[in-house]
Amino acid sequence: MSNVEPSSPVIQLRNLSKFYGAFQALTDVSLNVAAGERMVICGPSGSGKSTLIRCVNQLESHDAGQVIVNGLELGNDRKALRAVRTNVAMVFQQFNLFPHLTVLDNLTLGPMRARKLSKEAATELAQRYLKRVRIPEQADKYPSQLSGGQQQRVAIARSLCMEPDVMLFDEPTSALDPEMISEVLDVMVELAQTGMTMMVVTHEMGFARKVADTMVFMDEGKIVEQSSPAEFFSNPKTERGRLFLEQILQH
Amino acid sequence: MNRREIKSSTRLSRRQATGTQSSAQPINPVSDQVGDKVSNSVSNSVNNLVSNSVSNSVNKQVGNQIGKRVAMGPGNGQRRRVLPRGWMTLLVLLASVFMTGCGDKLQWYVVSPFTPAGQANLKFMTGGLKYTLLLSMTAIVISVFIGLLVALPGLSKNIFARSFNRVYVEVVRAVPLLVLILWVYYGLPIMMGLAINVFWAGVIALALSDSAFEAEIFRAGIQSIDKGQLEASDSLGLGYVDRMRYVVLPQAIRRVLPPLGNQLVYMLKMSSLVSVIGMEDLTRRANELVTAEYRPLETYTVLILEYLVLILVVSAGVRWLERRLTIRDAR
Repeated sequence: MSNVEPSSPVIQLRNLSKFYGAFQALTDVSLNVAAGERMVICGPSGSGKSTLIRCVNQLESHDAGQVIVNGLELGNDRKALRAVRTNVAMVFQQFNLFPHLTVLDNLTLGPMRARKLSKEAATELAQRYLKRVRIPEQADKYPSQLSGGQQQRVAIARSLCMEPDVMLFDEPTSALDPEMISEVLDVMVELAQTGMTMMVVTHEMGFARKVADTMVFMDEGKIVEQSSPAEFFSNPKTERGRLFLEQILQH
Repeated sequence: MNRREIKSSTRLSRRQATGTQSSAQPINPVSDQVGDKVSNSVSNSVNNLVSNSVSNSVNKQVGNQIGKRVAMGPGNGQRRRVLPRGWMTLLVLLASVFMTGCGDKLQWYVVSPFTPAGQANLKFMTGGLKYTLLLSMTAIVISVFIGLLVALPGLSKNIFARSFNRVYVEVVRAVPLLVLILWVYYGLPIMMGLAINVFWAGVIALALSDSAFEAEIFRAGIQSIDKGQLEASDSLGLGYVDRMRYVVLPQAIRRVLPPLGNQLVYMLKMSSLVSVIGMEDLTRRANELVTAEYRPLETYTVLILEYLVLILVVSAGVRWLERRLTIRDAR
């Protein structure tokens, strides 16, 4: 089972279930993400999208089913988990930058401690990715001195410094002021164009239409619909999907 | 004239002499010169100490701030005022205490810096400073270390680790410090079969007792760190040690500096209890002087002032550290 075939998907979720006490957050969710695939997950709040994406790098543990990333099944095996986490990066809604470290130190911490790069190599990497997200001049500032959009771009650069195979985005623009959303989305679109495998939880349907290969629509802890964006946006298969699109695209 | 009156009259004239510097004629020029010299050197060294530490911290402060920010004026001025105000209060207190020395109830000659006997007594009293400082500093370093080691299992998911933390804190916290000192000094040698000297008995007792409090302070500090910080460290593939060392503890320690400073002050004061087992600290020295001179009020007043000065210096140090750390965050 743990043999990696070249054609096998990078992420496989099989019959995943997750409970918070008596509340079932995920019910029997199965999903495959291929290398280079860009998947956008949407759905009303409380539908389990964040829980799902957080199960992929095990920030949430699952109660039933399997999570297989790069051929490694994740569960109690800590070594496998560490290995997967250095390959799967995550961008959070609240950025979660380290406030006591400069931007540069935020970026070099992971590469130096988890990937054992030298300080010089890590710094070079950090400067390269800061340029990529277009804020190389902010390297010596502290996160609190940056705007929300800049902070989220630093967070994306921090993830990129791990040179991951997969990037997970958990509502990356939901905590941003409206005028800062596009600067973050632009960086994400560019990232998508480089062929990065991405799983994105977002309400930004314009972004989804532009970059997604696959749309996943969730409700009440289940995958209700999975299709191409063209199909999902023009002709949703389910009533719930249609209703959701109507509400979200109303304005 | 009885002895008291003579004393107070010479004291009076001396004050006039030092107060007006030139005009008044000292009754006894020799002893006066000595007195002046001593008082000068004392006040000089105190002044130096104070002004050095103050101006140092202020200077660094200013340097730092200028480095980090541009608009500096008001904050800086405020800081400059805060510390000297503390020292002013102290001076006023000192002055008022010595002024009342003219009355019948207080006989300052025992601790007068202007007479050879008083000087000897004062020197004897301050001789305990070394042990008070050495004892409390050693104890606090050890207790911070133990406190951290005890706090970490308290945050574990493992129930046994958590119960260890709980039992340690509850048991150690419940033992009165004085009892612990007696137990360590008189009891531990019987149990272990080896003698402990007074100093290390004091260090062990103080450090043990304080470590339970430090553990709770650290636990609170670590728990106050946002869950997102842990998730970010996890998603970067950092292990437990790296996460603690680079992400959690640096932030937690900034937050717990005020209560840590509190503990430091508390320890300095509690070290006075070690005098009961014969440790030659400030308190013990004062006690010995009282038995020799029968002037408890004057002696203990000086003792209080000794602790006050000591703790003001320590507090200033903690606050300086606090400011340094928060400025680095540039919040």
